[in-house]
Amino acid sequence: MRKFLASAKFLAGAAGAGALLSSASAYADQPRDWETSFQAPATEMMRQIEWFGNYTMWFIVPITVLVLALLALCILKFRASVNPVPSRTSHNTLIEVFWTVGPVIVLLLIAIPSFQLLTAQYTPPEEAKLTVKATGNQWNWDYEYQIDKSFSFNSAILQDADRAKAGKEDRNLYPRLLAVDNELVVPVNTMTRVLITATDVIHSFAVPSFGIKMDAVPGRTNESWFKAEKEGLYYGQCSQLCGKDHAFMPIAVRVVSDAQFKTWLETAKTDVPAANKALMAEIDGTNKVAAAGN
Amino acid sequence: MAEAAAHDHHDHRPHGWVRWVYSTNHKDIGTLYLIFAIIAGVIGGALSVAIRMELQEPGIQIFSGLAQMVYGMQGDAAIDGGKSMYNAFGAAHGLIMIFFMVMPALIGGFANWMVPIMIGAPDMAFPRMNNISFWLLPPAFILLLSSMFVPSAPGAFGVGGGWTIYPPLSTSGQPGPAMDLAILSIHIAGASSILGAINFITTIFNMRAPGMTMHKMPLFAWAVLITAFLLLLSLPVLAGAITMLLTDRNFGTSFFVPDNGGDPLLFQHLFWFFGHPEVYILILPGFGIVSHIVSTFSKKPVFGYLGMAYAMVAIGAVGFIVWAHHMYTTGLSLDTQRYFVFATMVIAVPTGVKIFSWIATMWGGSISFKPPMLWALGFIFLFTIGGVTGVQLANAGLDRSLHDTYFVIAHFHYVLSLGAVFAIFAGWYYWFPKMTGYMYSPVIANTHFWVTFVGVNLIFFPQHFLGLAGMPRRTVDYPDAFAGWNMVSSYGSYIAAVGVAIFLYGVFEAFQKKRVAGANPWGEGATTLEWQLPSPPPFHQWEQLPKIK
Repeated sequence: MRKFLASAKFLAGAAGAGALLSSASAYADQPRDWETSFQAPATEMMRQIEWFGNYTMWFIVPITVLVLALLALCILKFRASVNPVPSRTSHNTLIEVFWTVGPVIVLLLIAIPSFQLLTAQYTPPEEAKLTVKATGNQWNWDYEYQIDKSFSFNSAILQDADRAKAGKEDRNLYPRLLAVDNELVVPVNTMTRVLITATDVIHSFAVPSFGIKMDAVPGRTNESWFKAEKEGLYYGQCSQLCGKDHAFMPIAVRVVSDAQFKTWLETAKTDVPAANKALMAEIDGTNKVAAAGN
Repeated sequence: MAEAAAHDHHDHRPHGWVRWVYSTNHKDIGTLYLIFAIIAGVIGGALSVAIRMELQEPGIQIFSGLAQMVYGMQGDAAIDGGKSMYNAFGAAHGLIMIFFMVMPALIGGFANWMVPIMIGAPDMAFPRMNNISFWLLPPAFILLLSSMFVPSAPGAFGVGGGWTIYPPLSTSGQPGPAMDLAILSIHIAGASSILGAINFITTIFNMRAPGMTMHKMPLFAWAVLITAFLLLLSLPVLAGAITMLLTDRNFGTSFFVPDNGGDPLLFQHLFWFFGHPEVYILILPGFGIVSHIVSTFSKKPVFGYLGMAYAMVAIGAVGFIVWAHHMYTTGLSLDTQRYFVFATMVIAVPTGVKIFSWIATMWGGSISFKPPMLWALGFIFLFTIGGVTGVQLANAGLDRSLHDTYFVIAHFHYVLSLGAVFAIFAGWYYWFPKMTGYMYSPVIANTHFWVTFVGVNLIFFPQHFLGLAGMPRRTVDYPDAFAGWNMVSSYGSYIAAVGVAIFLYGVFEAFQKKRVAGANPWGEGATTLEWQLPSPPPFHQWEQLPKIK
């Protein structure tokens, strides 16, 4: 199945290549102005979703164009002024069979990779190395790290008044309505399991560039997983209407190196704000070194 | 037209307000339904324009001011009240457009008017039930409208849970009476529709003129028959679900409360068991109307009549077993999702048959582009776009990224706002001369079409992009990156609003100018029975039953 996807990915051609190029730029993990397609994928799963989305376009665009062309042809060839005497044809078994079987074949061609994609989403390739429980509340998230001595913290939208204190004044990196006070911090290239539930009403945990979206339903625990491939800051938003401040409960995931994660985790167990401060300073430092190195 | 036949005493026709309030005449009741649908459509449309005004720019601009004006809130309370008001507008827009605009227009209006005439029946089977079907709607509508002015949650007014009213947001999330009013409103509107459905099924099965077998019946009557069955089978499930919601809210039951053994997802299954057939209820009568119009203005019989009829039967039947494709992200098991992906894709086949049969009906025809045909052509193309994005959304793997984003909004507005509503306007311009006896101005009708076509496409096409980029639906504010396409979408909605104004002016103009339409303004292509009657038809038609060869 993977082989099929891989070879088909090649067919997707230009679109896929474009997405890969754009994902190389710095913080391409949030929506951009006049965006017309998916956010740049940051996981293998999102790449597969994007590939499948492009693949379906190869069918639906020609079908739409075909319908438009046939309509145009009818309008041009069979308008009353050009064709005053209508035919009386109202049956043609062959063509009726054709336009029943044709769509069936198209649907089969869509269904095969579709089922592969769906199965892949529910078949994590490896055991999770880190489990985080995300609990939706009106209108913020609790993140619990389920490690030997589990700990949790709350993540809410970043208030403008707190930007300076939190060192998050760069509105490109910390956009309005997406930036939070405490991000979910995970190590890069690490299979991460997310357990998702809610305390009051239904919310939904979604990170577009990871290709995950799972409802947070009170009284049940849903599971999702991701393996982020690139360090950076990734944003999502609650995706199930949850009341007044539905638009104001963003999800922010900071993907860091293994070493950075270990350091962060040690401090975070006792003091999350201090751990985040140190982590941000560390990332700023490496970014500056990288910039200087260029 | 009221005064035109006012002195026709042989008709035993009631006069004045009695004629309308006590009416048992299917044509008068149909007219009432159409007037009701126009009023509800203007209100529901105004709500959507307010939503688009809010979303024209990032930030909260309109609704804090509206909350101040309407609810007298001040300062931060006005901002919070505005956010809730936005949610209430969204829920009301959806419920009004579905239950009080599209359904009354297509089923109560056009079907009431035309189905008895088309099948050669003097009236509906149960004329008094027909009366109560209509007169249940105004109180239901008033209940829903008044829900917008009573509290839901602290500091909030109106139903803020979307038209899908998922618990717990619709139970513990909104303890105030607004939700109870909305539930009662849906109950009454549902009862009205069930009564209407029983009436149509009985009429179509028992009152066809001699010689009109099922397989000779016009496609609009077929469409309404199938729609009536969908209503009859799906609405009781909705009624059950919202009754459970009502008792959860008020009488301490816990059908949807996980703490006491209930399950919020049970509601979603019940709701969508109704909700998915409902979308076919909204579109099937439109399919019927478009078939007649395409055939009339191509001067050709409908291509593949039986295929067309049974494609609708197939769509209706399969429509009952695809409901959980609205729930791919709720945590359904892999096998459940696989099944619903498969079942959902199957629907594309009969839908394709319909699209291609319409084109084949035109093929070889002698097509005149009168206003109804323009709307029907617009319908076919735009419904195709909504259909193919539906095929994309059917795939659970891809829906993972698109679910609950603006992509879904774009999809279902392409099939409903640009599908069902285009079919309604097509039917309006097709039958208006028959119903009133007057011909409208084709210039105004064509202007209405082009303005609406440009407007609605500007609204909804960019929303595909917003959804792909990840913009969640039902948010009062959005990250600044989404500003561009939202602005385009909002301008589109103002253009579409101008379209509505042109429509209303066209109706006014037609009644003012009183151009006589004649029995059959559309010529030889119009072959169904309504065109054999004068325009408007007599108060009681087919006193002598027509013979169908």
